[in-house]
Amino acid sequence: MLILTCPCCGVTGEETEFHAGGEAHLTRHGPGSSDDDFENYLFLRENPRGVHFERWRHVNGCGKWFHAARDTATLEVFGTYSAQTTEPPQDIIDAITAKRPGWSWREFK
Amino acid sequence: MSETSALNGRVAEGATTVRDAGLQGMITLRGNLASTKLKAICKEITGQAMPKAGQAHLDGDTGLAWMSPDELLLLVPHGQVAEVIARIDAALAGQHYLAVNVSDARALIAVEGSGAREVIARLCPVDMAPEAFGPGDFRRTRMAQIPAAFWMEQDGSLRVICFRSVAEYAFGLLSNAATSPAVGCL
Ligand SMILES: [Zn+2]
Repeated sequence: MLILTCPCCGVTGEETEFHAGGEAHLTRHGPGSSDDDFENYLFLRENPRGVHFERWRHVNGCGKWFHAARDTATLEVFGTYSAQTTEPPQDIIDAITAKRPGWSWREFK
Repeated sequence: MSETSALNGRVAEGATTVRDAGLQGMITLRGNLASTKLKAICKEITGQAMPKAGQAHLDGDTGLAWMSPDELLLLVPHGQVAEVIARIDAALAGQHYLAVNVSDARALIAVEGSGAREVIARLCPVDMAPEAFGPGDFRRTRMAQIPAAFWMEQDGSLRVICFRSVAEYAFGLLSNAATSPAVGCL
């Protein structure tokens, strides 16, 4: 079972109290962008076995969106953090590095 | 405003009793919870200080519950809601806020008796051990298939808030869970 701690209200709950919101840190490419960027934004997603970054919403709780860094194979959560950022904060990166040396995900490592 | 509660006074008696807690005035207040004016009007209306995350400051049918970083639930007597909203509007004029009467969108159910913790624990993914949840604690969560919120009174009984449209379902869940003998772990 996936256990998440909402950084907005501090509640630690199991995953049915939350709703998954897909891959984190996407750049939205709209009108005027190249076909490649638009295709990438709309359709192409990471599907890692291991470290992954996602958006979650505390739907049966405070209602807020946040980010989570977790391992897709073990369900270990490295940390959760604010939705108001375009990249994982350093403490989250450090926490992952401590447990999964050599990890990488998109441009992050 | 509705003249009758969704459950119309229903009671399921037992070692743990589940009963309709009747009409309760509820106001959703969204805004900056750190605002001095907002804190002052909440205190003036309920006599309570701003609760921390996961807390409710309540006395009978009046008080404040923390819903999210920018949302409070004000509980006031059912007949006073319109007047209270007018006072909030006057106090917060010019600020970014929202005060809405949600009394008729909700139902309030009381769970009373020694098995109250277990009844909630059977239905919600929440640690109901006394060291994890006690009087004054407030939690929004999932109860079986619906969203719900609850708090614990000083006497250890629980009050559950759900949407009015699912009050029947919620009462059925709670009263059914209350009929099972206590496991005794909580
Ligand atoms: Zn939350």
